[in-house]
Amino acid sequence: MENREKVIIVRDLVKDFGGFRANDHLTFDVYKGEVFGFLGANGAGKTTAIKILCGLLKPTSGQVRVAGFDVYKQSNLIKKNIGYMSQKFSLYEDLTVSENISFYAGIYGLGFREIKKKRMELIQKLGLESYAGKLIKELPLGWLQKLAFSIAIVHNPDIVFLDEPTSGVDPITRRQFWMMIYEAAANGITVFVTTHYMDEAEYCDRVSIMADGLIVALDTPANLKLSFRAKSMNEVFLELVRNKNNSNQQ
Amino acid sequence: MRSFKGFVIKEFYHIFRDKRTLLILFAMPVLQMLLFGYVITNEIKNARIAVWDRSKDVITQKITDKLRGSGYFNVVLEIDNEEEIEQVFKKGEVKEVVVFESNFAEKIGREGVAKINIIADASDANTANLVVSYTSAVINDFTVKELRAVDPPMKINTETRLLYNPEMKGVFMFVPGTMAMILILISALLTSVAIVREKETGTMEVLLVSPLKPSQIIIGKVTPYVALSVINALSVILLSRFVFGLPVQGSYTLLITECVLFIIMSLSLGILISTTTNSQQVAMMLSMVALLLPTIMLSGFIFPIENMPFWLQVVCRINPSTYFIIIEKNIMLKGTGFLSVWKETLVILGYTLLFIGLSVKKFNVRLS
Repeated sequence: MENREKVIIVRDLVKDFGGFRANDHLTFDVYKGEVFGFLGANGAGKTTAIKILCGLLKPTSGQVRVAGFDVYKQSNLIKKNIGYMSQKFSLYEDLTVSENISFYAGIYGLGFREIKKKRMELIQKLGLESYAGKLIKELPLGWLQKLAFSIAIVHNPDIVFLDEPTSGVDPITRRQFWMMIYEAAANGITVFVTTHYMDEAEYCDRVSIMADGLIVALDTPANLKLSFRAKSMNEVFLELVRNKNNSNQQ
Repeated sequence: MRSFKGFVIKEFYHIFRDKRTLLILFAMPVLQMLLFGYVITNEIKNARIAVWDRSKDVITQKITDKLRGSGYFNVVLEIDNEEEIEQVFKKGEVKEVVVFESNFAEKIGREGVAKINIIADASDANTANLVVSYTSAVINDFTVKELRAVDPPMKINTETRLLYNPEMKGVFMFVPGTMAMILILISALLTSVAIVREKETGTMEVLLVSPLKPSQIIIGKVTPYVALSVINALSVILLSRFVFGLPVQGSYTLLITECVLFIIMSLSLGILISTTTNSQQVAMMLSMVALLLPTIMLSGFIFPIENMPFWLQVVCRINPSTYFIIIEKNIMLKGTGFLSVWKETLVILGYTLLFIGLSVKKFNVRLS
């Protein structure tokens, strides 16, 4: 594992907002082609960390390299080499399926012919032929999610960041969605995913759990369950939160 | 550059697929011009009046005929005693009663002066003022044409002053203000709503993560609105020229340049509004309350600034529309050149830089 190529390197990342420390000396690596789960309760500092990794926020201190580039000086190069999908799916409702694909491919600098080729491929792969000319608002939620993910990786990024991509989606669609995630990972795209469904954490290659700005656990789901003597990731999570609360009280 | 082009095309899709935006963009300017041009004018037509002719001689008959023939009045009643005056007003049958004193022609022949009383229904103050002014104007006109010629000159005293020049058409006053209102509304309201909508739907997040620079995103969003606002400015000028017969006295190039500057200022104001909120409704309310009302009430558009209390005058001086309306009136009505409006132009330019500066600052604060 340690010999594999690192696409995200984080050393002692600190982010302060005024007097509030959102990220407290985070240190971790993410390997190429890995599905990396980024877990934590709301307000634990996940969103801040993702924003820093995507080049939207500058860290207060620490070293962060994403896709081989430095977040302090090369955020533009980072942006070209990553994809991003938010929990809102972020498609334009008043644009058609085809237009959404073309627009997002266009802002990543793809040429006219490339865009056309990608668009055909994507529509065919998702089986959306009959929907291609329809407006996004006419599409069912499950399709939106798959389309949003496909669009997030339309420019073949090194890493794709998924911010709670499955919230509000039914379990069957969630399973299908994870199949797409595995496929992308198999094609060498590193997947960095946040979720609050603990069963989904089991699908990740490795999981990091954040609490109060700190990473309190980072390992494969199997190892985590072993070391916490837990049956599921849910139990691991509860155990961690309980420990954290106890230490806060002391 | 290619991605920027795609962005602008996308923005046009948004505009042309949203009926509300289209309505505001294209129907509103025409509608407002017609409204202000035709409905809210300071002109009167066929106002119902009554005449109490206590003299019934040649001259009073002539004046009454002249009032009839002017097109402004419809003499619907002739009354013959004082009590009736109150009755007709109470019934709301007429807006005004014109009273000729007795022995009118005789007095004017002997003393050279006679008196007409004009009594108006002041419960509708505006109309009363107008009707009275128009009546006085018609009588003055009669005096000038018919009575001055004889020697010695004769005079009719009316009891009211001329408050408004009836020759001046209402639309001339309203075009500059309407234009300011349309431009600021479309540019600021539509852009702020368009930007905030992207925040609301979460697409702004994705755009910020993309290789597009924030400045490219903003410029891409406002470019279509610049183009459409210029089209609107032109259509307002054309409407006023060909529908209302108001020609532009000064240079068209200067007028359009000033319009573009004002549009850019409004756009930067719209961007500033969009940085303060994440909800389309708040953006819309802010634009409406903070821009529409001051542009109508506190800019010299309808109400003269000189007559306002001091603190409101200060507000007017802060309002950028005030300066744009001065510029427009100078160029369109007086036909003066750049030298007469450079100060106002400088003020608008200053506002533009201020709004852009503040937006950039707010944007950076959000990022760090």
